[in-house]
Amino acid sequence: MDNMNGTVAEGTVTNGAGTLAVAEKLTAKDFASSCDVRWCPGCGDYSILAQVQRTLPDIDRKLEDYCFVSGIGCSSRFPYYMSGYGIHSIHGRALAIATGVKMANPKLSLWIATGDGDGLSIGGNHFMHTMRRNLDCVVLLFNNRIYGLTKGQYSPTSEAGKKTKSTPFGSIDHPVNPVLLALGAETTFVARTIDREPKHQQEIYKRAYDHHGSSFVEIYQNCNIFNDGAFEHLTDKKVKADNVVAIEHGKPLVFGANSDKGIILDGFKPRVVSLTDGTHTVDDLVVYDETNSDLAYIVARMSDDPTFPTAIGVFLKIERATYEDLAHGQMETVTAKIGPGDLEKMLTEGDTWVVG
Amino acid sequence: MEKTTEVLDHVVIRFAGDSGDGMQLTGGQFTQTAAILGNDLATLPDYPAEIRAPAGTLYGVSAFQLHFSSFDVHTPGDAPDVLVAMNPAALQTQLPQLKRGGIIIANSDAFDAKNLGLAHYDINPLEDGSLAGYRLFSLPITKGTLKSVEGLGLSTKDAGRCKNFYTLGLLYWLYNRSLDATMRWIEEKFGTKPAFAEANRRALQAGFNLGDTLELFTHRYEVRPAQLPPGTYRNIVGNHATALGMLAATQRTGLQGYLGSYPITPASDILHEVSRYKNFGFLTFQAEDEIAAICASIGASYAGALSFTTTSGPGVALKTEAIGLAVMTELPLVIINVQRGGPSTGLPTKTEQADLLQAVYGRNGECPVPVVAASTPGDCFNAVLEAARIATRYMTPVMLLTDGYLANGSEPWRVPSVADLPDLTVKFATDPATYQSYDRDERLARPWAVPGTPGLEHRIGGLEHSNISGGINYSPENHEAMVKLRAAKVAGIANDIPDLEVFGEDSGDVLIIGWGSTYGAIRAAVERKRAQGYNVSHAHFRHLNPMPKNTGDVLKRFKRVIVAEMNLGQLIKILRSEFLVDAVGWNKVQGLPFTGQDIEERIESVLGHNN
Repeated sequence: MDNMNGTVAEGTVTNGAGTLAVAEKLTAKDFASSCDVRWCPGCGDYSILAQVQRTLPDIDRKLEDYCFVSGIGCSSRFPYYMSGYGIHSIHGRALAIATGVKMANPKLSLWIATGDGDGLSIGGNHFMHTMRRNLDCVVLLFNNRIYGLTKGQYSPTSEAGKKTKSTPFGSIDHPVNPVLLALGAETTFVARTIDREPKHQQEIYKRAYDHHGSSFVEIYQNCNIFNDGAFEHLTDKKVKADNVVAIEHGKPLVFGANSDKGIILDGFKPRVVSLTDGTHTVDDLVVYDETNSDLAYIVARMSDDPTFPTAIGVFLKIERATYEDLAHGQMETVTAKIGPGDLEKMLTEGDTWVVG
Repeated sequence: MEKTTEVLDHVVIRFAGDSGDGMQLTGGQFTQTAAILGNDLATLPDYPAEIRAPAGTLYGVSAFQLHFSSFDVHTPGDAPDVLVAMNPAALQTQLPQLKRGGIIIANSDAFDAKNLGLAHYDINPLEDGSLAGYRLFSLPITKGTLKSVEGLGLSTKDAGRCKNFYTLGLLYWLYNRSLDATMRWIEEKFGTKPAFAEANRRALQAGFNLGDTLELFTHRYEVRPAQLPPGTYRNIVGNHATALGMLAATQRTGLQGYLGSYPITPASDILHEVSRYKNFGFLTFQAEDEIAAICASIGASYAGALSFTTTSGPGVALKTEAIGLAVMTELPLVIINVQRGGPSTGLPTKTEQADLLQAVYGRNGECPVPVVAASTPGDCFNAVLEAARIATRYMTPVMLLTDGYLANGSEPWRVPSVADLPDLTVKFATDPATYQSYDRDERLARPWAVPGTPGLEHRIGGLEHSNISGGINYSPENHEAMVKLRAAKVAGIANDIPDLEVFGEDSGDVLIIGWGSTYGAIRAAVERKRAQGYNVSHAHFRHLNPMPKNTGDVLKRFKRVIVAEMNLGQLIKILRSEFLVDAVGWNKVQGLPFTGQDIEERIESVLGHNN
């Protein structure tokens, strides 16, 4: 049976906000459902699942407060492997479904698992609208730059020229950058991490949860069957230091095997500079500011250019009212102004007359 | 001078003018007044799809027909007795429908060379004697209006707009109606613009006085109040009744109301109305598209809300995959399709009932959905409650079919008291010891366990799964069992719905069957024919899937079964296939409802003119 196991210990005291007041916390195992995980051996999804399960105990919410919503794809098998509430819905529609869940019960901790196909192809429209509405949720976008579940077609993030089952002579599509899309859609929290960086993932997932608003996390994920090695240049120990810059609010953009390179801003253009050839020091470098959406755009653009390192970390975190807060807030304001509704009155509104 | 008053049983008035002339408003006001004065009535607005077609054109004509009476009225009337033609295009397009000898009230000021040309008249029909077969009142309505509002400082354009109230005033005189309700309405509507309020009041009164003073009018008419059952009444339009039904359903179930919707003609007014219910705690969501609308409603249902989604035919097409998800995950949901002319974009502002097969069959796989249809504007209220009852009792999406004619048409509605409404209280699952996500009760419904409830954590999805435990299961035997189970659950609703009623003899020669908004026309025709001695009965379906348990029996008791539908034959296909009955179809697909006369003529053609 794949219903949950791992209930809260007897005698637990809870407060109204749904946190555990007793020392006995949930563990990573408590978040694993009894369902056998069926991803291919070697799939990057295993790591994502494990890191989410390791992060949630620190978040300290009750199991019944979690709702995992997904669409269709390998990414979207995620809810079956988590022991909270969950909906495995239809292709591209997880965010729309999640909107209804959260509006109806704003107290739930809402997590969405989607992919580059589910979230950006068929789901692209709902992605744009849900992000601009700032629904309080965490969106985990498993980007493996391929359609895995349907066995190897190209996706909106596949590189131009990519040879796949549906593009045997090379893809003629120009791909999209999910982080840039998220920024363009007015997302209030935008981050990127990698399936092979467990500690980094946990930090990012925790920050994503803590943010009150839409938290978009792009996760570079390796599909070892249909697109193996897509992110090798970012994960191979021999080269990753020169190809990845880990951004952090308040810290300069330093990267390289010996922290010997950095990024400066030349007007609006980023430039890679050496910190060891005497031309530049750490003080010349861009200090990351996660409240600056213009900077976020510039730094995110670097991932499309092979002469730059790819940034991971939190690109943007700004505050804005959330959709469900606004929806419920408006109901409260209207009710305070005109009084609670009376159905009997509503039925007889307008001109009425009595017969007999 | 002495004016005589004649008492009439019923009158049918058709207001017609340019879409900028306010015909819907004029017709609506006359309707409201007739209702308050106690007449039974039915209405049929008939407007073009364009927002504001070029003035004076034939395709820019907007019309409103009202049938009011001192007895029970079922339809907006057959041929009108009175045609109010505010411009030549209105006369050109509407005259063919006017009864021989009928009254024409025409605004002679609008019959200028330009408008006559746009309406394809070479000579002015008001002056060439071509209307000798009618009782023509050719009146300078525009001039009369402008005179009546002189001195109020209105521009000529704004003053001209008052002519619909001037015309209304005249009609109120002609039919002996009080100005009170419209005067009250003007006060409310134009409260913040006193100049407009005063102008409209003066125009209304001036039109009324015209009838009194002008020697042209020797005759007035009176239509006495109808014998309606005692109670409190209001005039109601179908979409408004639908919205109130949704509100009532949330109160009776005790659940959070949720509407995910997207604007589409002719359903948008439901979204507008329900969006006002903030102080009832009813959540509304105008989504980015039809699919997001239903998906959000499904999500809200999972979270324990009483969810609705409202649309028309093209929107149902978009929502189809999501409906399948709701069927597979067995979540309650009410999908309201206000049908319009199709296919594709079709006729957005015209009525039709050609989405029945879509409602009953239109999903991939074996995907049963209960279907309910409303019969009159006021019945939309009850139909919503019934759909919500089935959805929550059986944990299933339910399709409720209305149509453009019901949505925009109106009738007097006896307001129910809240205490008389059915108790639809919903109980969520709470006990972890016994809970399983696809466990079944005696109705084969699964328990409704809402996120946030401790110990009931579970995952649902669109993949095939086992009964009871709900785990993903692809095995052949399981799939067949589940497909049959989902079908049995919906079929079992037949044990929980009323029998099909027959109006007229229980058995006999001819049975006319209808569903949805054809109710009025069929009932009016059958009543009239029975009064003339014809042996004809009428059965009207409210539940299309499943059908009432006695349907087969009823069909067998008649020699001839006829199905009247505003499509090319959809209910008839279901009846033929399910009951092996050799039914015959009467079909009208013109974007207009059947008239009582349509049905009467067809009865005569089947049963002979003298029975």
